[in-house]
Amino acid sequence: MASSETAFAEAHRARGLAPFLRSQMRNIAPFLTLIFLSAFFAFASPSFATLDNLGNILTQVSVTGIIAVGLTFVILCAEIDLSIASIANVTGIAVAYFTLQESYVNIANVPLPGAVAIVLSILLCALLGLVNALGLTVIGIPSFIMTLAMMQIAAGISALLVRGQIAYKVPGLITTLGSGSVSGIPWIVIVAAIMLLGGHLVLTYTRFGRYVYMVGGNREAAEYSGLNVKLILGAVMVISAVCSGIGGMLGVAHFGSAQQNEFDTYLLDSIAAVVVGGTSLFGGRGGIGNTIVGLFVLGVLNNGLDHVNIDSFLKILIRGLILLAALIINVYAQRLREKAAE
Amino acid sequence: MPEVRSPILELQGITKSFGGVEALRGVDFALHAGEIHGLVGENGAGKSTLMKIIAGVHTEFSGRFLIDGKETHFRSARDAHAAGIAMVHQELSVAPDLTVAENVFLGNQPTNALGLVQWRRMAREAGEQLARFGIDVDPMTRLGDLPIGLQQLIEIARVLFSGARIVILDEPTSALSPPEVERLFATLRRLREEGAAIVFISHFIEDILLVSDTVTVFRNGRKVAETASAATSKGALIEAMIGRGGEALEHSYTDDLMLPQSSDSAVILKVDQLSLSRSLKDVSFEARAGEVLGIYGFMGCGQQELSRILFGKLKPDGGTLAVEGEPKTFASTAAARRAGVALVPESRRDMLFHQEPVYKNVSISILDRISSLLLKPTQERDIARRQVEQLQIRPPVVGLDLGMLSGGNQQKVALAKWLTYPPKLLVLCEPTRGMDVGAKNDVINIVRDLRARGLAIIVLSTEPETVLSLADRILVLKRGALVREFKNEPVSKDRLLEAA
Ligand SMILES: Nc1ncnc2c1ncn2[C@@H]1O[C@H](COP(=O)(O)OP(=O)(O)OP(=O)(O)O)[C@@H](O)[C@H]1O
Ligand SMILES: [Mg+2]
Repeated sequence: MASSETAFAEAHRARGLAPFLRSQMRNIAPFLTLIFLSAFFAFASPSFATLDNLGNILTQVSVTGIIAVGLTFVILCAEIDLSIASIANVTGIAVAYFTLQESYVNIANVPLPGAVAIVLSILLCALLGLVNALGLTVIGIPSFIMTLAMMQIAAGISALLVRGQIAYKVPGLITTLGSGSVSGIPWIVIVAAIMLLGGHLVLTYTRFGRYVYMVGGNREAAEYSGLNVKLILGAVMVISAVCSGIGGMLGVAHFGSAQQNEFDTYLLDSIAAVVVGGTSLFGGRGGIGNTIVGLFVLGVLNNGLDHVNIDSFLKILIRGLILLAALIINVYAQRLREKAAE
Repeated sequence: MPEVRSPILELQGITKSFGGVEALRGVDFALHAGEIHGLVGENGAGKSTLMKIIAGVHTEFSGRFLIDGKETHFRSARDAHAAGIAMVHQELSVAPDLTVAENVFLGNQPTNALGLVQWRRMAREAGEQLARFGIDVDPMTRLGDLPIGLQQLIEIARVLFSGARIVILDEPTSALSPPEVERLFATLRRLREEGAAIVFISHFIEDILLVSDTVTVFRNGRKVAETASAATSKGALIEAMIGRGGEALEHSYTDDLMLPQSSDSAVILKVDQLSLSRSLKDVSFEARAGEVLGIYGFMGCGQQELSRILFGKLKPDGGTLAVEGEPKTFASTAAARRAGVALVPESRRDMLFHQEPVYKNVSISILDRISSLLLKPTQERDIARRQVEQLQIRPPVVGLDLGMLSGGNQQKVALAKWLTYPPKLLVLCEPTRGMDVGAKNDVINIVRDLRARGLAIIVLSTEPETVLSLADRILVLKRGALVREFKNEPVSKDRLLEAA
């Protein structure tokens, strides 16, 4: 019985290389992009392919990486979170707000012990995520709109907390994790790696992770299977906000200051990392592995462009074009897969 | 008129494999103008695959393909369409977000000189076409808002009136009520008179015998018989299909059937005065442990809405619902599942994850029983394997993506997902739709087995046979209201139709 079954499975799987590659396009294309970009920059600039520079790239993508963990959950559910950068920003500002600042910093802040400051900040971002979740599931506002509003709300809270000023001090633990290093490896890289690994384990090996994929794959079927779809959607919105908050706190320590609009570029970067990596915008396909590849594509691109000699204004356009190419591949990969499954 | 004419479509030695599995092996098939050609065979026999080759959906196969005697090779469904071939697929393939009119004119909307769509003309003509087919809907409603049977009718109408000379209907009647089937057959006969060639696939052997001129039987990817309908019988066809005597499966329910003494076992579900805007009016009934309650009615009579309310997918406007005496208002389907209610809806597309393997489809609704935090894939596969074996799902490979199974086998997976940990109340909508005679029999046996284990089972169907073959007690639903109860008395297909 068992052996005949494997023979059957084998026969079904032995469908030739071409269809297999077609169905795996989503995973292969980003990887090829990464190899191509790396080879190109290594060729174009001697300072690119060095161990030091690899360290730079890793550090540069860390904050994006931390934020992208939560966003991967959201996009796997076929939703979107546009408030990630604002929530990162407000959480970073909050943790500074609850820390004693130097006397020249002109903010009416509330100094608290470090641990309390951290806990309160995390509660704040979790709360904002919960508001996103309730708007999406209870009221039924599309996530695109709901999180657009949250983007403004979080920016508004940030503005009220710092009132145009800049704060510098954050709790010691956050300073260490954001800007310290252990035997040469920056803590922030380690934190990003741990969170990415954690996200991967949750998505691959837990019941909740399976639910995320199933809800993203076919929401109607998930409901007819008796899953609590709203609860799962709500949970991913909160996870996304908390990851953003952690990224924001460490980011503030990493940059050395907390101020308004500090994280604006992280919205696009995080979405780009997830999508360039091959996670389907239609939900249900992809994962943290894809996000990691996407992070590297983005990191290599941003870093590599600084190593070659081109007009810095042209760089922005080049980035845009490469992102467009990746998006086209993302959408095509979906179609090719459907064809391969035909 | 049995003069010798050359076929308009001829296939010779068609072989098609998916990976290493042969779905068709050396099949010859010919189709003549002015002919209705019936196709029967077990689930997974290869019927849909052959039709998809004709309609240009599958383009890679071996064998000869001739149209009007000329060798042809379609590269896409568009090519087939241009050659005058149109198909109604087994899986509904409408665009739910477009209007009815847009669906009717999908791909060739009337435009004016500027290339703008002529909405008014489109709506009027769509309305006329549908009216000719006895469908009365506002052409400007969103198609997805209509009941699934009506959507199917509209798709059939679109294909029938597309002017194609070869029309393929893959299980078109599965969601239709008897009067609609009648109308469909009348239209098919008219098209035949006009010279069209029609292929008609169905698991209802009686329908096949009634409407087709020729019947072809498939088994295991091969054509095993082709005869004139007049020269064969239901029993002979079933025997050719499944390779054993089909006497037991031949029941046609035209004679009276005695319903058993009503049971006085515990009431599992009590529904009181349930109502939902225009769909349901003051529906009250009880379902008891160890009893199969059949609810029969024509399409659109409110069955679908009723089943959704029982599973917490829709909220009623009024009325109450109690499970084992405890009043419930389900906030979600998850709450209904926790209370011990399970639903198998009539549409596979809504119920299954086509891009995921079979075992994940089977285990999804019981994951919380076998794992609290971490998944246990080995156990999942074992459970799925047991279900696949019990329900004889083919191919018996739990790692295969669900989308690769034939329609009938997908339907079995939809049932399988609730069987490992049976609920208290199982609600089945059209449980045997799309299943071959053998599989229908398997389902009947499974339902009887579940009944013996003390489940309360509700079977909702628009097919009298389904209800008659399964139910111990039958309620008739008509335009949202319960109009008749059959219990402890004789009942037949005619009596049911009369009451509805
Ligand atoms: N896309 C696919 N990939 C792999 N195998 C497939 C695919 N489509 C069909 N098959 C296999 O080919 C065989 C024939 O399937 P087909 O859909 O033609 O059956 P059918 O006669 O229409 O059955 P049913 O009555 O259940 O609709 C089955 O074993 C099925 O699993
Ligand atoms: Mg089929």
